[in-house]
Amino acid sequence: MSLDPGTPTKPSYTRSASLPAESHLVTCANPAKVSCKKQLECLAQLYSLCIAENLVPNIFLELFFVLQLLTSKGTSAAEDEDSDLEVNEGSKDASRRQHFQSVHNCVYFAVQVLDYQYEIISRLEKGTLKLLAENERIASFSPTLHEKLRRAYESSTAKVSLLLPCSVQSVSFQPETDNRSNFPSDRAFHIFKKQRDIFYELLREWEDNHEKTGWDFERVLGNKIRAMMAHLSATCNHSHFARLFQKQLIQMCKGPIGGGASWGDTPDQDVLNMLGSDNLSRLKRLQERFVVPQSIRGPCPPPSFPGCQQFFRDFILSAGSYQFNQHLMDSLCLKILELNGLTLVEHEHGDGEADMDEQDEKKRFTVVLLSLRLLAKFLGFLVFLPYRTMDQPTRDLQDSAVALRNQTLPVLDVLKLLRQSIRDQRSILTIPWIVEYLSLVDHIAPFLDYYRKVFCLLLQVYRLMVLSEDKEMSFLNKLLILAVLGWLFQVPSVPEELFFTTDVRQEGLMMDTATSAQALDSVPLVDQQLLYTCCPYLGELRKLLASFVAGSGAKNGGFIRKITPTAAESLAPKASVTHRKLQVELEQAFFHNQPPSLRRTVEFVAERVGSNCVKHIKATLVAELVQRAEGMLQDKVKEEDANQDKLLEEVCAHLYEEGAQALIKGREFCKKKGPEAIRVLLPEETSAAVLSSAEDIAVELATEKACGWLSANIAALIKREVKATFNRMLKVPGLALPGEDALESRRDCPPGCQHCAPFPSQIINEIKDVLCIAVGPRGEGEVIDYIWLECLLGRLSQTLRCRKFMCPTSEQQLAKCTVELASLLVSDRVPLSLRINSPEKSSERLHVKNNPTYGLLKLLLSVWKEDFGTPVPVQLMFSKKNMGYLAEVQIKRWDLFLFMLHGLVEHELMRTSEIENCLHSLGELPWPSDFLKELEMLSRVFTSEHHREEPRTNPCELTRQPLGTVTAQS
Amino acid sequence: MKLTKAQYDEIAQFLGHVQPTRQSLRKLKEKFPSQSQSTLLSIFSQEYQKQIKRTHAKHHTAEAIETYYQRYLNGVMRNAAAPVLLELANEVDFAPSLMARIVLERFLQEKEQAIPFKTLINSMLRDPSQIPDGVLANQVYQCTVNDCCYGPLVDCIKHAIGHEHEVLLREMLLEKNLSFIAEDQLRAKGYDKTPDFILEVPVAVEGHIIHWIESKASFGDESSHQAYLQDQFWSYWNRFGPGLVIYWYGFIEELDCHRERGILLKDCFPTDIVTLRHSMA
Repeated sequence: MSLDPGTPTKPSYTRSASLPAESHLVTCANPAKVSCKKQLECLAQLYSLCIAENLVPNIFLELFFVLQLLTSKGTSAAEDEDSDLEVNEGSKDASRRQHFQSVHNCVYFAVQVLDYQYEIISRLEKGTLKLLAENERIASFSPTLHEKLRRAYESSTAKVSLLLPCSVQSVSFQPETDNRSNFPSDRAFHIFKKQRDIFYELLREWEDNHEKTGWDFERVLGNKIRAMMAHLSATCNHSHFARLFQKQLIQMCKGPIGGGASWGDTPDQDVLNMLGSDNLSRLKRLQERFVVPQSIRGPCPPPSFPGCQQFFRDFILSAGSYQFNQHLMDSLCLKILELNGLTLVEHEHGDGEADMDEQDEKKRFTVVLLSLRLLAKFLGFLVFLPYRTMDQPTRDLQDSAVALRNQTLPVLDVLKLLRQSIRDQRSILTIPWIVEYLSLVDHIAPFLDYYRKVFCLLLQVYRLMVLSEDKEMSFLNKLLILAVLGWLFQVPSVPEELFFTTDVRQEGLMMDTATSAQALDSVPLVDQQLLYTCCPYLGELRKLLASFVAGSGAKNGGFIRKITPTAAESLAPKASVTHRKLQVELEQAFFHNQPPSLRRTVEFVAERVGSNCVKHIKATLVAELVQRAEGMLQDKVKEEDANQDKLLEEVCAHLYEEGAQALIKGREFCKKKGPEAIRVLLPEETSAAVLSSAEDIAVELATEKACGWLSANIAALIKREVKATFNRMLKVPGLALPGEDALESRRDCPPGCQHCAPFPSQIINEIKDVLCIAVGPRGEGEVIDYIWLECLLGRLSQTLRCRKFMCPTSEQQLAKCTVELASLLVSDRVPLSLRINSPEKSSERLHVKNNPTYGLLKLLLSVWKEDFGTPVPVQLMFSKKNMGYLAEVQIKRWDLFLFMLHGLVEHELMRTSEIENCLHSLGELPWPSDFLKELEMLSRVFTSEHHREEPRTNPCELTRQPLGTVTAQS
Repeated sequence: MKLTKAQYDEIAQFLGHVQPTRQSLRKLKEKFPSQSQSTLLSIFSQEYQKQIKRTHAKHHTAEAIETYYQRYLNGVMRNAAAPVLLELANEVDFAPSLMARIVLERFLQEKEQAIPFKTLINSMLRDPSQIPDGVLANQVYQCTVNDCCYGPLVDCIKHAIGHEHEVLLREMLLEKNLSFIAEDQLRAKGYDKTPDFILEVPVAVEGHIIHWIESKASFGDESSHQAYLQDQFWSYWNRFGPGLVIYWYGFIEELDCHRERGILLKDCFPTDIVTLRHSMA
């Protein structure tokens, strides 16, 4: 006879006797050939009692063994021996009798035990039940059990899928915890920005490659991770990163097999279209058979990090950073405590009305439990990581290590939490995660005084948790606890003697007789899906049965085996201490007889309203003050470039007083918003008195929170914001005078604007082409059509008038380019072509025909004056470079230049005195002497004309002639 | 306009060694009349920049700089009005604006006896009137105006185009009633990396959920897309989840391969948008 191979993790539990090994013949078990029935029945009863009373370390390991017996094979040789045995039965010593030598006996015993354990078996998932109900041996050995199993299968709804969706999703950026104000310096902030991106880059790389053969985590990612750690250390950013790491861990790994499959409940649209939703579940099951490991590994696999968890474990190992580990542990502990303390159940169970709530609570419980188990596993991994050894240390080493480590305090007081959970009847939440935590213990830890107590207590729980449906705890809740504890007792680093040598009575179990409000144990929260999700190894039972049906045996077998700042001073009026104490007591009393949801609602509203209040003050009052500061700073920055810090200090001091307004506004906000929220959230039927008390408490709590924060931080906040704004003001080049810029941006399109003017980029591009041709080099015969250029300036005007697509840089560039164009026109360097057929309608046209440039200059002057929102740097026309254009040409058009000068004055683009100054400084540059002479002459002409003919003259008429004529006249 | 890799390669190959001048642009348009002008210009500019990056070091050795400077001095001595710098740049296959920078830097170094500040050089390139030498000022200006891939003018045009497309996109979002938070608002809240628009309520485009939209007024070729993925798109994904990138001047079709993972490419505002319904009633 051979048992399906399967070795428990502990050698002492090896059940495979030395049997003839390979045999492919499955012997037909025959009830008629069973020997020693009486003894077998007796053994079965005794054995079943051990299981029922939890006297075995792992009940599922025993059930697995029973199923191994049920599905065992026998050789024909063994068959023959069997018949001999029967004959000699009486003559052999009872204790030495080989009761399990024959397949028939094994199956008989197994069926007997299964019948005793029907309660447990009938709660297994539907697939296992099906295999049991269809098992021929059960059918032939016990038709009644067969019938019971068949009925159990038919009525079972416990379909279990171990494939849940998991795809990489990012953790969203939350300004409250992630923006600049959460970091000590700009550098730290920017470095963390990079680390976040590197982290996801690593994750994507892992996701793409880790399943490829030859890909090695440490080899490919190790150095990148350590470089990242070095950066984090340099800027003390570990806590931020630990938070990100933990959030990402939860997001990716909550699923039962640690993620890994990219789809599940949310199928690809294409697949859905192809198959229809009916077939989708079949496809899912098919995929499951591919993805979920099929080989039999026994019901007690050692702890592992399946799927995406592997990434996080390897990351920690490769990082090898003490700082990171410490921060991560802090973060994990906090989150575990938070989740472990959640109130998860609020409703009276049992009445039909609460059905929907029950479902929601079950879901919520599942999510919390799975998150807790995941976090606890990683915490255990980190806590015991420094002590991990490959092998069990020798007794001497163990004693000294125990003496050494008994001094240190545990990172997380699991003993306290465990005791609490038992007392509060919340062990169904706490024990499963504590088991995950403890499953990663090193070989020494269980011998430490502290952990010995923990294990002892767990053992006690295990022994006392007799499986039956009772008031204290539902059957499946118990089954889950028994399953995880049983698994823990089989973990290699948990000493085997623990189960049998520990005196269970050491620690008395304290249980409140009165059911506490937070009690979970009595609520049927666990279903088969959750049971199998937490204990995927229970699926081994099914695999074993399935492999028997397939007749393959199990050759492929393994072995069976951020901290919210608080105000220094409360804003509440300082009533006497006793009065306040009484108020607090009254408040507590008020909540005491109300449903717990009321308190949660009030606290929630207070928390949110307080927080919103601060945000609101920031967005309104503070923003207003900052804006005002901006104005003040602008004025002063212009005055003196002297001391910026002092300036900043002065301006802020001005604003602090008004900052005090924040408290008044904050109080108003809370008083308005708090009651609104409470009214919406509480049941319609809440009595007026309860409602108004709830509102008052919420308002008070919110105000205290908001105003407390504000009074402590408003000044710092204003200063920080003003400083940031100021820095921004100084940084933007060319926009150093935002006064004008602000004016610009406030300009609107003309009424009825259709926003269909050419884009600024288009116009800049076209002007650039004109400038190209003007400055050369140009191709032969390359000219610019006059009409086209005139039209371009017309479009420029349209573009400038429509403000929709304009941005400051575009407008500044346009201003610069057009000044350049004007300089080139004035110097007669733009090769204009006049079309002969252009209609000459007016005298103006005629005039333009003779001097086409005048028309263009006039257009430019008008665009500068009327259409630009930014100041046009017309003084650039007097730069050395641009005057150079004029100096270089042979025949100088001084008339055009003079026309331009007059035009500038007339359009109020420059004052006469400014032009005179420009001309004067130009005269001091090293020009050729004749140019200098002409310039001086022009200067005189301009001056005399403007002093003679103020305020207005017609420069056109005066300057149409070349300069020679003009000077002659004056 | 989406191009296949093959179509793109054909254009890129043609662009092998073209100078960044008006004339080259004209030729390009004649050769590929079916492609839009903006797409061609964008590809041209990118290809040219790749070429310049490859040869950048060669033009910045001490010897090269000295040679260019001497050739410039000799050239303007012979004829100050000739396009000396521009022709020099074309001759050695270097961007005129960058040649202008090299020579200007060398000029100032000689004059001031010290390495000039970058900000000063930039400011002089933006406004050559500030250059103390009149001839050099003209030469520099001629280079920057004639360069259609580098230089302050081109930078400004690119910036303007980018801004204009952002405004266009904003209009389209408003028209579709999709509420969003714009980049400046996000910055004000302290976000460290900010796409152009974050949708306050996510939508589905062609069956893919998107949280953000980034506008790119350029053609998406392999190298620019890789750089954007690295510096921007993945960073957005890391913070805000999946999103949409619009390359207004098209992209290489084959690059749109991260749809499943959460980065969608389009060359126009999408039409297939599904929004969340608040109530089924």
